[in-house]
Amino acid sequence: MVTKLMNWFDDRLPLTATIERHLTKYPAPINMNIWYLAGVLLVVVLVIQLASGIWLLMNYEPTAEGAFASIQYIMRDVKYGYIIRYMHTTGASAFFALIFLHMFRGMMYGSYQKPRELLWVLGWITYFLLCALGFTGYVLPWGQMSFWAAQVIMSLFGSIPYIGEDLLTWIRGDYLISGITLNRLFAFHVVLLPLALIAVVFVHILALHEVGSNNPDGVDVKKFKDADGVPLDTKPFFPYDVMHDLYAIGVFLIFFVAIMFFYPDGGGYVIEYVNYEAADNLKTPEHIVPSWYYTPYYAMLRAVTFPLFGLTAKFLGFVVMAAGIAIFVALPWLDRSPVKSIKYKGIYSKFFLALFVVSFLVLGYLGAVPSTPARTIAAQIFTVCYFAYFLLMPIYSKYETCKPVPDRVQLG
Amino acid sequence: MNKKNRILTFVVIIAASLGSLKVLAAAGAACGSFLSEDGLTKGECKEAYINPKDKASLQRGAQVYMNYCLGCHSLKYARYKKVSEDLEIPLSMFQENLIFGDQKMGDLIQVGMDPKEAKEWFGNAPPDLTLEAGLRGPDWIYTYLTSFYIDESRPLGVNNKVYENVGMPHVLIDMQGTPRSVCKQIPAFADNGGIKQDPLTGEQLTEERCGFLQVDNGTGEMSTEQFDKTMLDLTNFLAYMTDPLKVERETIGTYVLLYLFIFTMLSYLLYREFKKDLH
Repeated sequence: MVTKLMNWFDDRLPLTATIERHLTKYPAPINMNIWYLAGVLLVVVLVIQLASGIWLLMNYEPTAEGAFASIQYIMRDVKYGYIIRYMHTTGASAFFALIFLHMFRGMMYGSYQKPRELLWVLGWITYFLLCALGFTGYVLPWGQMSFWAAQVIMSLFGSIPYIGEDLLTWIRGDYLISGITLNRLFAFHVVLLPLALIAVVFVHILALHEVGSNNPDGVDVKKFKDADGVPLDTKPFFPYDVMHDLYAIGVFLIFFVAIMFFYPDGGGYVIEYVNYEAADNLKTPEHIVPSWYYTPYYAMLRAVTFPLFGLTAKFLGFVVMAAGIAIFVALPWLDRSPVKSIKYKGIYSKFFLALFVVSFLVLGYLGAVPSTPARTIAAQIFTVCYFAYFLLMPIYSKYETCKPVPDRVQLG
Repeated sequence: MNKKNRILTFVVIIAASLGSLKVLAAAGAACGSFLSEDGLTKGECKEAYINPKDKASLQRGAQVYMNYCLGCHSLKYARYKKVSEDLEIPLSMFQENLIFGDQKMGDLIQVGMDPKEAKEWFGNAPPDLTLEAGLRGPDWIYTYLTSFYIDESRPLGVNNKVYENVGMPHVLIDMQGTPRSVCKQIPAFADNGGIKQDPLTGEQLTEERCGFLQVDNGTGEMSTEQFDKTMLDLTNFLAYMTDPLKVERETIGTYVLLYLFIFTMLSYLLYREFKKDLH
């Protein structure tokens, strides 16, 4: 009966072939470690965000007059509305936490190197989309921080020479941030960006399954195959990895639920306290701070304090900030190392990767606190360190001595 | 790198990130020029020991709010009916004693004051307080409520230690009595942290410090302790207003966590079985 049904489908759709290609016969390296969990957890969070987002949409009102009150309506009057909203706010932070870990994994094990350049570029596009989703979504509750964060971020476009002011008006759709701006950000947040994200994630996974997963040793597992043509150092994704991931998802959800139900504000990082006040265009909050996941880039923006070549400091800061996000995409072409994994790379690669992590964390801290002259200097130094990892890579990755890479994966 | 080291690196990186957030969260929450009772710290809020499960405290808080605060401060995102249900106040009793005018039980808790006129009277329209405890924190509210003092230079005759030059009158002055900002002699501390003593007599040295709050004896309807307790109830009520479903949420959260522990344990056992195939 089941076979018959499957045959019926297989004649009309490559069902069995798809299942085999992506699940039961997809070869996953046996030495994948804890860092490889971020990817599957990102898919879980994507599903959480889509589901909770749809339900939020049922009661949210995208107008400047009603948005703030409609959030409180969801929190108070909609049955279990608070669970849906906290799921979405916690999910947003989890999304970024996981994508940072996921990207770091790629950087550590050289997952962007040939033949995975396109896979990396697609992943970078999802990161960019996520940043846009985070920003547009953050504005929707129309609290004080929503309003003023939108004000700050959008005004960056106004700093572009010559066309800035007109461009800014065009983007806002008004001479000030207003309900019109809210409406267009809403449209992007619930239609355009999620659609694009799902599409790119889909292609990202297709590309992954085409070239195969990298592994902590950075060796090509397809070099040695058994008699049936199955790579030796791999296991089928289903059931082995799926069972493993199920366990990991359980552990992840425990942390997720603990924050969602017991610390939904996350100490002011998941939901900022200032956003408990409705947007007021006449009253500027004392410190305007972006969400924690943008603070490294906000620190870069503020680090540029001097005009150069007739360009304003603000515009240059904007360029540095955008470059900080954009530069990841160049990694496959910056890395000239003959080996992939940090395990076998030389001392300089290890040093610069560590420097990058430290810079990212320090900038994240500096972006969240009010700036002082000393902090500005620190932000400038660490911005340089951040970019040094990328821009010096063609040199240090080429001229360092690497350890010999084994033919097959190493366990333990 | 072996497996232990790998997991260790992973944990350290996450802990470092969380740690830096923790440092950040500790900053802020300043209480203006409020002076602690021992005169040693300035600008730190008093801790408000409130309990969202204490229904009696919430009921007393609601009573004070509806009688003294609601004249100016709306709770416009909350509904009367929900408050009466959550606080376990019978509908009829609630309707008779806590709803003024012709408002209905299902209505949002609004005020009749025109914001434009209010701005003329107080300099600023009195804010809605539904989410005040989320914005400022319960500690801030509690300290603020107990920090009014007489200041003839202000248009309304009172000022506040936490929120300097606030436009709000001291509505609860009859209850509290007449609070004044006074100077007191407090023990002087040496640089090494010990109490300074007179080198000849060995007597403890004191120094004068100003900005303490003191209520004139016998001017209020309540004693200082009673008043502080009432303000805690009011703070508790406002904290409830911001997060009315905290108790329900944490109960559900506990069940969800229990379920997830069982799920994770079972999935671990399943994973272990499958893992045996691989070696």
